[in-house]
Amino acid sequence: MKLIILDDYEQVSEWTAKYIRNRIKKFNPGPDRFFTLGLPTGSTPLGCYKKLIEYHKKGEISFQYVKTFNMDEYVGLPRDHPESYHSFMWNNFFKHIDIRAENAHILDGNASSLEKECQDFEAKIKAAGGIELFVGGIGPDGHIAFNEPGSSLVSRTRVKTLAMDTILANARFFDGDLSKVPTMALTVGVGTVMDAREVMILITGSHKAFALYKALEEGVNHMWTVSAFQQHPQAVFVCDEDATQELRVKTVKYFKGIMDVHNKMVLD
Amino acid sequence: MPSNKSVSDAPITQFVSCRILKDHRLQWEDLWVREGKILNPEKLFFDEEGFADHKVDCGNKIIAPGFIDVQINGGYGIDFSQASGDIRRGVAQVAKKILEHGVTSFCPTLVTSPPDIYHKVQSVHLSLPFIIELPNILVLVMLLSFSPQVIPELRVQDGGPEGAGILGIHLEGPFISEQKRGAHPPKFLRTFKAGGVADLMETYGHLDNVALVTLAPELANSAAAIRELSGRGIVVSLGHSMADLSQAEEAVQNGAIFITHLFNAMLPFHHRDPGIVGLLTSDRIPPGRMVYYGMIADGIHTHPAALRIAHRAHPAGLVLVTDAVTAMGLPPGQHSLGQQQIDIQGLHAYVAGTTTLSGSIATMDMCVRHFREVSGCTVEAALEAASLHPAQLLGVSNRKGTLEFGTDADFIVLDDTLTVRETYIAGQQVWRK
Repeated sequence: MKLIILDDYEQVSEWTAKYIRNRIKKFNPGPDRFFTLGLPTGSTPLGCYKKLIEYHKKGEISFQYVKTFNMDEYVGLPRDHPESYHSFMWNNFFKHIDIRAENAHILDGNASSLEKECQDFEAKIKAAGGIELFVGGIGPDGHIAFNEPGSSLVSRTRVKTLAMDTILANARFFDGDLSKVPTMALTVGVGTVMDAREVMILITGSHKAFALYKALEEGVNHMWTVSAFQQHPQAVFVCDEDATQELRVKTVKYFKGIMDVHNKMVLD
Repeated sequence: MPSNKSVSDAPITQFVSCRILKDHRLQWEDLWVREGKILNPEKLFFDEEGFADHKVDCGNKIIAPGFIDVQINGGYGIDFSQASGDIRRGVAQVAKKILEHGVTSFCPTLVTSPPDIYHKVQSVHLSLPFIIELPNILVLVMLLSFSPQVIPELRVQDGGPEGAGILGIHLEGPFISEQKRGAHPPKFLRTFKAGGVADLMETYGHLDNVALVTLAPELANSAAAIRELSGRGIVVSLGHSMADLSQAEEAVQNGAIFITHLFNAMLPFHHRDPGIVGLLTSDRIPPGRMVYYGMIADGIHTHPAALRIAHRAHPAGLVLVTDAVTAMGLPPGQHSLGQQQIDIQGLHAYVAGTTTLSGSIATMDMCVRHFREVSGCTVEAALEAASLHPAQLLGVSNRKGTLEFGTDADFIVLDDTLTVRETYIAGQQVWRK
């Protein structure tokens, strides 16, 4: 695992965006070989998306030969609802870049058969040759995507019922009305993300610090599903100072000490 | 075509690098157009897997809904009330020229005129029994109107490269007050003899294609006429009137929703009887209803301080109108309006030989700029006063006056000085500077 520790949210966003940009450029995608990218939603990756859009507008990166697979989507929420993950991706990313709709895959929470939708999603990932780089965030309870505590670490894309913590946290997007918050979601499994050739997790803010500690310094545990990536051959965790507050000083010093090496991956 | 054709394979245009007026704010968003309507790009992306055929770079300019002028009497030498010759051609000439001012829809206005003008201007569809009921003189007039040539008519019609669209006729008069007639010829004023349909039909012929009627509510028997007109979806506007506030409020209760050029041709605001002006803050407006008011913001018809008072009292109801006369667009000198002569001096147009104003010669974009400048309002508010508010007044805001998805793609491109640079109707460029 590489742990990238930066000063603040802005630096995290920039570092991550540059990393993704450089990875895509190095891969050199074309009409016969697409770069497959797994993508998250939420407030953590917003800054990264803004930066990617900036680089795209400057001509530094094109998404013409990039296929994206989002991690999750609410069940039963109309696709054009302002809080759906389709709306999020359109407004915060897709509408600003040159990606074609047929290359942007998001789970359909209104499919007539949710199970088939999940299976089809896995099949699409396989047909695309697997995911090159899966970008994700971490919940305060250590979940990756909607793989709530107790999710199998070898799980695949499926329907999940949301934990009360998650529902409460989401209420602010639904006028504070708990009855309006979706209770179920379709999500990629821990196993699905583990299959990616590289995994990149963003963690910012002190409210994520404990989850980061549990994910990195304790054992692999299905109660803190992000910990599964301790067993991934290419995992990158990008965080800000605030998120390191529950880590050991020794851990933080070690990874800060090798930042020079890590920063070579984000050169312009 | 770049879509899976599940909805349409018509070409899609994406206007980029622009700020569009949406949800009452200028936002850095692209504008998408297909088949003459504003397109929802998110639905296009997810439902149709579509994208734009071609992109138009707007150079960071502003895109606003096209202006709507609900009171315009003519221009460029054309007088809509002088139905001599080909009225349709005259209206078409003005319709084409006002594209340059950012006007994409308008209501050609007829001032107080003799009945034969109204009957000539509107197509006459009278059945025989009705003709027999009317006094002989009118039968004669109507028979005369059935001339072998095509009867000129002003129909509601879409705009396009030929000119701005017509949303309906504005009949300003003849049921107005003699003391507040302004430039209207006194001998053609009328009162309601019985009130209601009979007087209206006798005067106007028929009411198809009429969008607004200005009248003075203090005239006896006006209530029935107001109810009749509003019942038909025609906007009843109070103007050229001596009404006090309670008469005005009663008219609103009977269905009136507009005030013709506020402050002009009505009693001045008085603190113990606010008159028609008092409607702006009246507490006797029926719930769910709103009173709109026209303002001629040419710097001449209304003092900037008065404009500010009205705007601050009731910003949502402000509708910019030009009340433009024949001379708009023409050089200084004498010209005709209705049945009278007017005199142009600089930016002023007077009834010849008097100091009575006879309508303005400011263009709609000039009014928008002036309004913004003297009221200090936001760019958005200034633009909406000439687009959204008139559309709401006419009940057409579901397709005009906004840039909402699914509405008609009638819009203008302006620079930061609010100068119109390009005009589009149904997504097609119909004028550029």
